[in-house]
Amino acid sequence: MISGAEIVVRCLQEEKVDCVFGYPGGSVLHIYDALFKQDQVKHILVRHEQAAVHAADAFSRSSQKVGVALVTSGPGVTNTVTGIATAYMDSIPMVVLTGQVPSFYIGQDAFQECDTVGITRPCVKHNFLVKDVKDLALTIKKAFHIAATGRPGPVVVDIPKDITAQMCEFEYPKSIQMRSYNPVVKGHLGQIKKAVQILQEAKRPIIYTGGGVILSDAAQKLTELAHKLNFPVTNTLMGLGGYPATDKQFVGMLGMHGTFEANNAMHYSDVILAIGARFDDRVIGNPEHFEEEKRKVIHIDIDPSSISKRVKVDVPIVGNVNDVLEEILKLMDSGFKANPEVANWWKQIDEWRGRDSLRYKQAEHIMPQYVIEKLYEVTGGDAFITSDVGQHQMFAAQYYKFDKPRRWINSGGLGTMGVGLPYGMGVLMAHPGAQVACVTGEGSIQMCIQELSTCKQYGFPIKIINLNNGMLGMVRQWQEMFYSKRYSQSYVTSLPDFVKLAEAYGHVGMKIERPEDVEPALRKAFTEHKNDLVFMDFIIDPGANVFPMVAAGKGLTEMILAEDL
Amino acid sequence: MRHIISILIENESGALSRVAGLFSARGYNIESLTVAPTEDPSLSRMTILTWGSDEVLEQITKQLNKLIDVVKVVDLSEAAHVERELMLIKVRATGKDREEMKRMADIFRGRIIDVTESTYVIELTGAGSKLDSFISGIDAGLILETVRTGVCGIGRGDRILKV
Repeated sequence: MISGAEIVVRCLQEEKVDCVFGYPGGSVLHIYDALFKQDQVKHILVRHEQAAVHAADAFSRSSQKVGVALVTSGPGVTNTVTGIATAYMDSIPMVVLTGQVPSFYIGQDAFQECDTVGITRPCVKHNFLVKDVKDLALTIKKAFHIAATGRPGPVVVDIPKDITAQMCEFEYPKSIQMRSYNPVVKGHLGQIKKAVQILQEAKRPIIYTGGGVILSDAAQKLTELAHKLNFPVTNTLMGLGGYPATDKQFVGMLGMHGTFEANNAMHYSDVILAIGARFDDRVIGNPEHFEEEKRKVIHIDIDPSSISKRVKVDVPIVGNVNDVLEEILKLMDSGFKANPEVANWWKQIDEWRGRDSLRYKQAEHIMPQYVIEKLYEVTGGDAFITSDVGQHQMFAAQYYKFDKPRRWINSGGLGTMGVGLPYGMGVLMAHPGAQVACVTGEGSIQMCIQELSTCKQYGFPIKIINLNNGMLGMVRQWQEMFYSKRYSQSYVTSLPDFVKLAEAYGHVGMKIERPEDVEPALRKAFTEHKNDLVFMDFIIDPGANVFPMVAAGKGLTEMILAEDL
Repeated sequence: MRHIISILIENESGALSRVAGLFSARGYNIESLTVAPTEDPSLSRMTILTWGSDEVLEQITKQLNKLIDVVKVVDLSEAAHVERELMLIKVRATGKDREEMKRMADIFRGRIIDVTESTYVIELTGAGSKLDSFISGIDAGLILETVRTGVCGIGRGDRILKV
């Protein structure tokens, strides 16, 4: 017989979890004691529970394994909610173990009590409150199973303190059967055949892919398919890296800040092959405008509720992207003839490309786009790029050409500022020794800046690319364009001296103010300071805006381009 | 369009709040909701009366199916079904109203299940519209209290919702 706390740790070992991000407290002391007595599961002590969940989330995003966070009851749990919601919106598999007050205190407003299951319910794939130590191992097994299968997502397991003290036999179930949960994997063959037929007839096709390609590790199959079809490919923000950005068939990211060619190709296509993407509001703009063009939509997604939610789909294929793509490729081998008119479509796309919509003017100040381009060169295009949320995120998405999946780590759905630094920690636990840059701004970085301390403790050599314009840039951009330049609360004054701040935490700080210093500073950071965390404070042009831009409520082709201004 | 959705769901604590939370979070309507364990005590059967366009209903059923505890979902109103609702209504029953209430209950095939000197409790079963008619058929001033279960329903013939 072993204690509930030991069962928790044994379950983690059985799941081959090699690291847990967490923060101790009263309700999880037994579990922390059990962690102390073993060395198979490493624990990373963060400085705020929000960062534990973000780090576990990035561990998962970058590695395909399930990230794990461990926090105490009450405030420990409420601090994780942002991180859980972030993972939920981007369908990231994660297990969050939360302590709870002893079961006989639940409902009595005990010290550090909160209704964890109630608070997290709307932002988890599923959650559990363990009421009996005999259910503990099975519940944790279920949590990992649910998190990683079907459309992935975070699962919370709430464990009262007395359960972690009680003794029980330990047996970890090898497999699991749930009558209420059986996600579909294989796509319907009849539907797949229909899809292939439509692809053959397509004159103006586009392959539009999202995070589902990354999550199901289908990047290779997607590339193979796209090359066989010779169709243009566009990625959503979450889909970047699912198709090599340097490939000639890639037309760039689409959506609110998508390229001119991607948005036009999407809008004027006659067939859309949507793969693991969900036509969200930042992607298709105004849905009425989008539906003005008649086209056929084939939609592959593991979640039936993503299909025909915002855009009517002609051929729905419910299944795991990787499996469905394999079936499509098999069918194509038995004879596929693309429509010769696709050649004309490419001519049109090349004409759109000619607008060079990501062109920007160099200025006296450092341009943020330039920093990302140099970052791309210096890292050989092969770094893990984490980002926060705002203009810098869009610049990173537009100018760092991701050729591989799981390299672009950002909060796409929820848009959570502050994720970048803890994301870097999670990536480095999954890929020790990898090059990791956190592209951020002076607004976002301050939302989880306490993690500089965690980075020192564990020696995470993240390169923080702080695109500092002294303003909440994306807010400022909207205020400039849509609120007659009334910059309400988008100035950030009293900024810290980031160099000194980095040094105070024991890191290296650099301030870069001139364009000609950008590249040498980056080189220095990635070579001389390879093993150090370097906080690079780039003082950038405060007026730089993200273009192209589709204003909220506008149609996808109604873009504002830099050249228009 | 009015729809009756029947759900088989694991009989676990919190299952009801997952369903109710889904409806409120996504802005769907719940006109009525009833739930109780089935003959298999590990399963509960829930009946939800809702309104919405075909697109909204498609999303409701898909989203319900996504809940981990939900075993099966069916839109009963898609095909032949029967539906019933139970109402207990307490009315003032004095003087000439006492005889009139008894007569109304008989007409609607209701049963008087509690009697005092001045009140009756009438039990009435039927489609919701029948209960509505009863309420509008009696003097509103005489109604002391009403309680309704909400709709429950079942498919006709071979339409069976079972694991």
